[in-house]
Amino acid sequence: MTKWIERHRNILDFTLASLLRRKRKNAALVSVYTLIVFLLASVLLFTYALREEASILLQQAPEMIVQKLVAGRQEPIPVAYIEQIKAVRGVSSVKPRLWGYYYDPIVGANYTLLVAEDPLINPGSIVVGEGVSRLRFVSPSDSLEFRTFQGATIELEIKKVFSSEFGVVSSDLILISADDFRRVFGTSEEYATDLAVNVRNPKELPTIALKVAELLPDTRQILREELLRTYDAIFNWRGGILLAILFGGVLAFIIFAWDKASGLSVEEKKEIGILKAIGWETSDIIRMKFWEGLVVSLSSFLMGLVLAYVHVFFTSFMLFEPVLKGWAVLYPEFKITPFIDGAQVASLFFLTVVPYAVATIIPSWRAAVVDPDSVMR
Amino acid sequence: MIELKDIRKVFNSGKPNEFAAVQGISLSIEAGKATVLKGPSGSGKTTLLSLIGCMARPTSGRIVLFDREITSLPERFLTEIRRKTFGFIFQQFNLIRGITALENAMLPAYPLGEKFSSIKKRGLHLFELFNISQKAHSKAEWLSGGEAQRVTIVRALMNNPSIIIADEPTAHLDTKLSLEFMDILEKLKEDGKTLLLASHDPLVYESKVVDRVVNVRDGRIEGAEE
Repeated sequence: MTKWIERHRNILDFTLASLLRRKRKNAALVSVYTLIVFLLASVLLFTYALREEASILLQQAPEMIVQKLVAGRQEPIPVAYIEQIKAVRGVSSVKPRLWGYYYDPIVGANYTLLVAEDPLINPGSIVVGEGVSRLRFVSPSDSLEFRTFQGATIELEIKKVFSSEFGVVSSDLILISADDFRRVFGTSEEYATDLAVNVRNPKELPTIALKVAELLPDTRQILREELLRTYDAIFNWRGGILLAILFGGVLAFIIFAWDKASGLSVEEKKEIGILKAIGWETSDIIRMKFWEGLVVSLSSFLMGLVLAYVHVFFTSFMLFEPVLKGWAVLYPEFKITPFIDGAQVASLFFLTVVPYAVATIIPSWRAAVVDPDSVMR
Repeated sequence: MIELKDIRKVFNSGKPNEFAAVQGISLSIEAGKATVLKGPSGSGKTTLLSLIGCMARPTSGRIVLFDREITSLPERFLTEIRRKTFGFIFQQFNLIRGITALENAMLPAYPLGEKFSSIKKRGLHLFELFNISQKAHSKAEWLSGGEAQRVTIVRALMNNPSIIIADEPTAHLDTKLSLEFMDILEKLKEDGKTLLLASHDPLVYESKVVDRVVNVRDGRIEGAEE
């Protein structure tokens, strides 16, 4: 066993010395390789972390939302529906929600206005998301102007700016009191935007949703699971677009790496001949080439992964920010919480490291089975 | 010790450029002696050396080494014999560029699974013995012809083989260095090594170190001189 380890150690030692001999060639290879892993890993880490973050956030969302539909469009829902829904067996609470979108002509951005029960939010005061504060250059104790549905202007004082912990969803958010909301949008007291329903047993949710649908045929029921699926689809789709763009780069790299790894130069062939002539077995040479491929691909993989981690979680995905985040003027500025999917990292490993290591072995095997007397001639 | 029985080696067999480099050679080489295969270029000396050194297989005939028939052995065993029994000194030196002289010399010992430190110690000792310690850490491509020759000798001796095979060892050396090389061979012979050389250099085959000269021409033996 010790002999076996020493044999590997000695061969690895020679491999490392060999790699250092062709510094430029190998440095170029490792750089391109690292760049590819970096790009792929950045997209994968980012989309996964974003999805995880959104789904954690949505865990706090109500289990079911009931909206009123008129001609297929959402309309304010009568508050009177609350009692009817409460009467359905299994429903634990029904709360009216008031929210909407407000277009700010000054900066050309859309804000999401949401009525929240918070001691800070009294009539005349609001709490704004970090993106809003950045875009309008406002901070607590400043005021924001809103045009009401009748054309009048009201001023609301900012009490607080959100922390950016969940920036991706809350960046464009403004929390407002119910009174101010109704003043801005003209929603009457008898109506809410939609109803948030919680149930006693989540397993009964589909049944309860059916019952509500039967009871109130002009409403639709949105379950939290459906929201999660929508978020998943959106982030996957965006990640997919970027991956599609990267695909060209990846393809170019595969051709480049295949060429580098599978082609042996005359010098390399001669070296294999020398090693065989002085007593190296074919398996020793394949071992050496395997180590060589592994050192190049594994170090590139690890470097690419670490760089991607820094890029995604420390620099907030600086390079591709506009593609993947937000779809309004308000690009959220935030640091995402690191979430890593082991399976994704493993598949990236198998897609980048393994093919390269194999690509280096095949030609060496072909060269190594040749009679060593070639060096004598 | 080495018995060659009706050895033939044909290259590109069955093709228009078929060429018989060795045509039915039978030869017996004694242990502890220096034997030179003498002949012009293309006479088949180098092919014969590579057949004896287990680097290639004969097309027909048998080679017996230490009473063991080696022609039918699988590749792995041939490699092991090559590694443990033979030390090679090539005409072109065949040092690997980019690594040091010492690393080059240590290469044959790597697959043995010996501790790196003990290989290195042995290498340094041999460098000292051949008076080239100061060049141990120089890159192979920086060595002069004589230095490179000595490094290949150290490399050939690394696994302490019983037979040293040298192919045109003085081809790239001037007279002084060639004579020095023959002195080294003398020492190796005194140490009990069997020497087998291929050369058409009179400095080699006329040297007092040499016990026997075998004339090779057109892949055949012309007659042995004692």
